[in-house]
Amino acid sequence: MSILFFIVPLAFVLAGGAVAAFIWAVRQGQFDDLDTPAHRMVVDDDT
Amino acid sequence: MSSDARTTPAAATRTDIACSHCGLAVPAGLVDRGASEQFCCEGCRTAYAVIHSCGLDRYYALRERLEDREDRAPARSTRARYTEFDDPAFAELYCRPAAPDAAPGRGLWSCELFLQGVHCAACVWLVERLPRVCDGVVESRLDLRRGMVRIVWDAGRVHLSRVARALDSLGYPPHPARDASDRDLRRREDRRQLVRVGVAGACAGNVMLLGLALYAGLFDAMEPAYAALFRWASMGVSLVALAWPGSVFFRSAWAALRTRTMHLDVPIALALGTGGVWGVVNTVRGAGEIYFDSLSVLVFLLLVGRFIQHRQQRRSADAVEMLFSLTPTSALLVEDDPDGGPGSTREVSIQSLRAGQTVEVRAGASVPVDGVVVAGLSQVDQSLLTGESRAVTVETGDRVAAGTVNLAATIRVRVEATGAQTRIGRLMALVQESLGRRAPIVRLADRIAGWFLAGMLGLAALTLGLWLALDPANPSLAVDHAVALLVVTCPCALGLATPLALTVSIGRAARRGILIKGGGVLQALASPGTIVLDKTGTLTVGRMRVVRTRLNGETRAAVCAIERHSTHPIARAIVEAFACPAWAEATDVSHTLGGGMEGTVRGRRLAVGSPAFIASRIGGLSDADARAVGELTGAGLTPVLVAESGRVVGSVGLGDPLRPDSAGAVADLRARGWEPLVLSGDHDAVVGAAASDLGLPRASARGSATPEDKVSVVRDLASRGGTVVMVGDGVNDAAALAAATVGIAVHGGAEASLAAADVYLSRPGLSPVLELNDGARRTMRTIKACLGASLCYNLAAASLCVAGLISPLIAAVVMPASSLTVLTLCVRSGAFRGRRVS
Repeated sequence: MSILFFIVPLAFVLAGGAVAAFIWAVRQGQFDDLDTPAHRMVVDDDT
Repeated sequence: MSSDARTTPAAATRTDIACSHCGLAVPAGLVDRGASEQFCCEGCRTAYAVIHSCGLDRYYALRERLEDREDRAPARSTRARYTEFDDPAFAELYCRPAAPDAAPGRGLWSCELFLQGVHCAACVWLVERLPRVCDGVVESRLDLRRGMVRIVWDAGRVHLSRVARALDSLGYPPHPARDASDRDLRRREDRRQLVRVGVAGACAGNVMLLGLALYAGLFDAMEPAYAALFRWASMGVSLVALAWPGSVFFRSAWAALRTRTMHLDVPIALALGTGGVWGVVNTVRGAGEIYFDSLSVLVFLLLVGRFIQHRQQRRSADAVEMLFSLTPTSALLVEDDPDGGPGSTREVSIQSLRAGQTVEVRAGASVPVDGVVVAGLSQVDQSLLTGESRAVTVETGDRVAAGTVNLAATIRVRVEATGAQTRIGRLMALVQESLGRRAPIVRLADRIAGWFLAGMLGLAALTLGLWLALDPANPSLAVDHAVALLVVTCPCALGLATPLALTVSIGRAARRGILIKGGGVLQALASPGTIVLDKTGTLTVGRMRVVRTRLNGETRAAVCAIERHSTHPIARAIVEAFACPAWAEATDVSHTLGGGMEGTVRGRRLAVGSPAFIASRIGGLSDADARAVGELTGAGLTPVLVAESGRVVGSVGLGDPLRPDSAGAVADLRARGWEPLVLSGDHDAVVGAAASDLGLPRASARGSATPEDKVSVVRDLASRGGTVVMVGDGVNDAAALAAATVGIAVHGGAEASLAAADVYLSRPGLSPVLELNDGARRTMRTIKACLGASLCYNLAAASLCVAGLISPLIAAVVMPASSLTVLTLCVRSGAFRGRRVS
């Protein structure tokens, strides 16, 4: 079970990566408007 | 102005033919026989032509497929010039460079504009095809919920005014959205909050996983090395959660302590702090309980509650802000003509006007500056400023104030003051001052926070003392139990209850056309006090209506036919009230400004107008006529006489009647314990008549109140204690709205009143006020139920702690259970649900 000493820190590194990706997405403004993209998808077919 | 443009065709006969652009019925006079497309107005024709010529016809097909069935017609083109959009001052306020090499006049720039009339996915499609309509536009992104479009354009290839005209020609008149820097600030704050919630969530999830392993280890023995690993790992992650997202609680608690006020964040910070510190001690020591899982979940849940509440309030504030940007930003400057002729006009932004210049104000437009009339004769509606619903005649030499509406004819005004120096600007300063002086509403949860804190500390001390006395050899066990108590009694559910209940209510209220800017409003409205009502526009429609008529049927039709030739509000009210039959056609119509009209209908020559005008036409009024006029003015009405061949044949009395639901609503308010007071800038007689119609004693109605009077009355009432609610719509009410405990701006209100009010009602009349009162009471009931439930949980958990029976596992179960109870209570709350009060 000593693999845990390796796996737990590894899990934190992966989780840290996910959190970093989330923060990047928020700063890019991807969560600013949650309504319009849904509509855009329905009508967007010629671009 | 736009609403006037829409009501005018409504007065004319309508047909069954639908407009090809907006789908509304086309007036009979505009039907183009033989054409395949029909339009109800020039604006729709323009929009249709542009959409068609750019190959964007798919918009109509999309709209057919996607449109929600609500009755919302697309806006029409206004064909304004938008030259003020190219002003350097405008660019500084509203535009931002979009590329590093952008400079004034070249490079990529971006700007956010609020679009009037966007409402469905087809609008998104059309607006985002803007680069095809207007060369030089690089990108166009629409935020449908806020009606805000972000335009990126190449300043070297196209002017912003051209872009604005293109949007207008598509049927979406653009308006500058207030202050770009302010919005940037808000956006950054929104994003920061979201990041905090996300990080707290990730930490809580990971610590819970580690906690699960530790709890499993409680039942099956776990090797100490692994137990230590998990304890150290949870400590690491929790400290991140406490130090980063959790820091808001510590900061807020510190701020509250420094100002010696009580805030719910104080007990929360205490629990987080002691739990965290003792957890670290126990982890380093390698013995004793750690509560890191509970602490992380606590931070996450509390932040979620706050995030939801913040978002909902932002939504309501955004909706109000949209209405804000609909005010005109440009004026027609009269250029000096070297030949001394009348001079041509040019559209400029209001900021660039200087004293001494002359501006032109067309009929129907609002006066942009304080000044003196130098040419023209017209009537102005000052109700925005004074609350007086009767129009005032102005001629050369008279003063006009910014914000008043020019009703009858084009006038030219020499500028004396602009912006903050105008009367309206000074009123706005008064509004700011009142807002600054407003006493903060102490939230219920904060009020009990002090007692809560004392209780927590007392019980913790009791536990510590008890266990030290029982087991003096083991002081760390005593500390363990005391810390456990602080953690499990942390007012998590309490902290969630208020934001959640308020959010649910604010959201539901918004769907019913009641926009609430802050949560404290609902608490203030839950208990009755004094409610100050403005008359014009609040209790009344705010527009001239025919109230009394003494005319026979045929004369009535003839008067209507003559009045149809004028756009004056009195003429419009008469046309609206008397149905014009098809045979009635007036010829030889002449106007006398500020007086009346004359015309011939079927051979009868009639004069219609003010008593003075009629007297001048027929050479004096008889005693009986004068008495009739006196009767009308005595009742607060504006008299209009009709004369034929030298004698008066009838009279019409116009006034601003009470809304049909006002009397009922006022009676309901009184039944609920509120004390209504009518406060108006209108004549005392008019206000008195309105009060008696409402069934109020004469003492509860005050007329001829200036905006300053209104503020002092409201401040006076507020200083006597108790809730003072002010309901109003005009600029003249704005300062009073700000001074009241709760200011409510009603439908169609002026910009200033929106800024000052806490609540905006987007439906006319007083019935939303009743709904608001009901909803507020129910919300407070829900909050109290939630607080009660969470206190019960805390009490139960605290007694377990004192007895030393609690373990981290039990704490981890009790806390979410109490939060879930609160959540269920909030969602099941009856506030702003069910039937609308009518």
